[in-house]
Amino acid sequence: MTVFVIRRLMQSGLVLFVMSLIVFFGVYAIGDPVEIFISPEADQIERERAKAALGLDRPVWAQYFAFLGAAFQGDLGRSFVFNMPAITLILQRMPATLELAVSALLLGIVVGLPLGMYAGYRPDSAGAKAILATSILGFSLPTFWVGLMLIMFFAVNLGWLPSTGRGETATYLGITSSLFTIDGLRHLAMPALNLALFKISLIIRLARAGMRENMLMDYVRFARAKGLPMRRVVFVHVFKNILIPIVTVIGLELGSTIAFAVVTESIFAWPGMGKLIIDSIQRLDRPVIVAYLCIIVFMFIVINLVVDILYSVLDPRVRLSEAKG
Amino acid sequence: MVSRASRAGLALALVLGLATAQAARAQDLVIGVQSGATSIDPHFHALAPNAAVRDHLFDRLVHQDEKQRLIPGLATAWRTIDDLTWEFTLRKGVRFHDGSEFGPEDVIATFRRVPWVPNSPSSYAAFVRPVVNIEVVDPHTLRMRTAAPAPLLPTMLSAVGIVSRKAVEAPTADFNSGKAASGTGPFRFAEFVPNDRVVLLRNDAYWGDKPAWQKVTLKLISNNASRTAALLAGDVQMIEAVPSADVPRLRASPQVSLHRITSNRVIYLSFDQVRDQSPFVTDKAGALLPNNPLKDVRVRRAISKAINRAAIVDRVFDGDALSAGGLLPEGNFGVSPNLRPDALDQEGARSLLAAAGYQNGFAITLHGPNDRYPNDERVLQAIGPMLTRVGIDTKVVTLPWATYASQASAPGYAFSVTLFGWGSNTGETSDSLRSLLATPNRDKGMGASNRGRYGNPRVDELLEKALATVDDAERQKLLFQASELAIGTDMGIVPLYYQVNTWATRKGVTYSARQDEYSLAQFVRPGN
Repeated sequence: MTVFVIRRLMQSGLVLFVMSLIVFFGVYAIGDPVEIFISPEADQIERERAKAALGLDRPVWAQYFAFLGAAFQGDLGRSFVFNMPAITLILQRMPATLELAVSALLLGIVVGLPLGMYAGYRPDSAGAKAILATSILGFSLPTFWVGLMLIMFFAVNLGWLPSTGRGETATYLGITSSLFTIDGLRHLAMPALNLALFKISLIIRLARAGMRENMLMDYVRFARAKGLPMRRVVFVHVFKNILIPIVTVIGLELGSTIAFAVVTESIFAWPGMGKLIIDSIQRLDRPVIVAYLCIIVFMFIVINLVVDILYSVLDPRVRLSEAKG
Repeated sequence: MVSRASRAGLALALVLGLATAQAARAQDLVIGVQSGATSIDPHFHALAPNAAVRDHLFDRLVHQDEKQRLIPGLATAWRTIDDLTWEFTLRKGVRFHDGSEFGPEDVIATFRRVPWVPNSPSSYAAFVRPVVNIEVVDPHTLRMRTAAPAPLLPTMLSAVGIVSRKAVEAPTADFNSGKAASGTGPFRFAEFVPNDRVVLLRNDAYWGDKPAWQKVTLKLISNNASRTAALLAGDVQMIEAVPSADVPRLRASPQVSLHRITSNRVIYLSFDQVRDQSPFVTDKAGALLPNNPLKDVRVRRAISKAINRAAIVDRVFDGDALSAGGLLPEGNFGVSPNLRPDALDQEGARSLLAAAGYQNGFAITLHGPNDRYPNDERVLQAIGPMLTRVGIDTKVVTLPWATYASQASAPGYAFSVTLFGWGSNTGETSDSLRSLLATPNRDKGMGASNRGRYGNPRVDELLEKALATVDDAERQKLLFQASELAIGTDMGIVPLYYQVNTWATRKGVTYSARQDEYSLAQFVRPGN
């Protein structure tokens, strides 16, 4: 297992390097960032000064090597427009995004898994059909529309929940989060639900399919024949088996929720990383874009690793040393 | 697509009816802003949201009122001693937020700091560059000497926030943390969270009108529909940049008031006037034309006459814009009364094209942004068929601003006909002429945003003379002549319309709408 982890980490180093190369030159190809964030009134002398101050007057390969050199010392550059280390800027926003992503995922699991299992266990019941029909809505309604509807209904019409933003934060066990205050939870409710809708539907589908498939398997019949109660068969044996595809999907979903909760974050003015990356792309703030993608790629690598390890826990037949990639 | 659907969503929800929401504490004000400041440092980034934050915290020697007329700030009066000397009388008894007294040394420190700020992506250095020497006559009088006559110096200084002499070498980070963010403005610094919010507290010792609010939060809500929803829900008391599509509905709401003014921003078309073969000018079969018709003033005028500005204002903006014939709306300094928007004249356009030798027309691609100006994409899509109707087959291509602006500008100038906007921070026309219509010249700082590279030596001459003429009436006359020549005669650019700036507030709160687009809490007042 140690060898497996080490090999994975080395692969990830290569992935990070290639990614930084592509993003760096890609953003360079879009155009001159100074043109985007300089005051339109600036004269040519001021434009040259700004370029030189930010190191943009050098050839692109020189800029890239300077970036690489600094990156090996843990410095991913300073944001052009905020004049702060890009890493600091991103990490400041990470808690907001993490709490949103984790709440959405928990909602997805807590709501989706039981509903999906029920729908798979009693596929012909009216309840199962209703669950399935509702999950189609969760798949097909666009996030921004659902988000706006939530705001209009709960914030504007009913006035129950605040329309936008993140609430007060509190520190508990060394973690500062808005999960620990009532105000924070009130702010979190709508964006988390909005993000969770898709996940709930996805997990319902996966759990239902897994349930239906597994219920027909020999081991279920065998367990029943052995005299095990249905509850134990479903919640111990079948449960473990349907979890494997769900763990994979949850892992990837967690990653993409953290990285790309952009729509929800901008509709609810949630001060997370997704909003930052979109704003940075619009401003061609290259250090932030590159640093952000480095962090995200690294995160996906870690998540995939954890998923692989979880596999081996759930299914002893999977041996990590044999798994490649 | 997102915004169209979200607008539809908004409409649906509004039909469902609105209910009242909780009111915030009377002394607190939350403003939903469209774009956030990148720093608290008033000299770090010359950008509108940063300037709006600056105006809360840091006074300037000279201020601009809501129509960008100059009014006293930290200087109570200013006058020219001779063509090369400006005298400023400083306000007495003003204190910084940290308690220290304001004096001439702070002005000198500010002038030293402005060109120094490290890593500035866009500085105010050009604003203080004309001044070669500052002489302290007495503790309340300063004389600034300039190398050349600088009639616009007070206007330029209205953008330079005065910092304390203690902050002369404070890095930008010290302003963001609040350590050095001590100005003389109506609000004190409380908190800055980049890309999220700025929190300000009232400066009870302010020399001018006391703000009505104890605590002000400038909250970034960049999504248009969400900003409107936040106002309707009562989570914010004011929002800026109300999209024109929401205006009729907000007007119908009993809990909302609207505050509007014509903006200092003109939206215009710019034409490649240099290359003999322009990359997006072809015959109707798609082959590059050997001669660039855009170099011919008759063709540019034909395009101007083919555009139905009234229809754009009416249909695309629901009336929330103003047809433009010049660089700034009437009433601003240097705006010639002779420059009227061209009326729709398709026959005239066709005969101008024929006279220029293009009776069979030609084809162009019109490039523009899709995320920069209100309704930019829809405007371009409206213009396309208008030009096609007079014989110029027009294809419209819109791009995100980040790609578009950098491709459309120096050194590549990738496009042939482009749509851009220009907001005049000085509120007068010399600044617009200098950037947009003067022949590009690095050493003189001319024509930096002249993307069509129009050039007329006579315009340059008039403009340079204006920029060195201290007498207002004389200067205004020169600016009239320069803009009449550059736009009226030469059609160096084709102005389309002026934007309208709209703020929406909860009933019981009013705002004096500003031409410069800034949302300033000191001018937000309770009461109808």
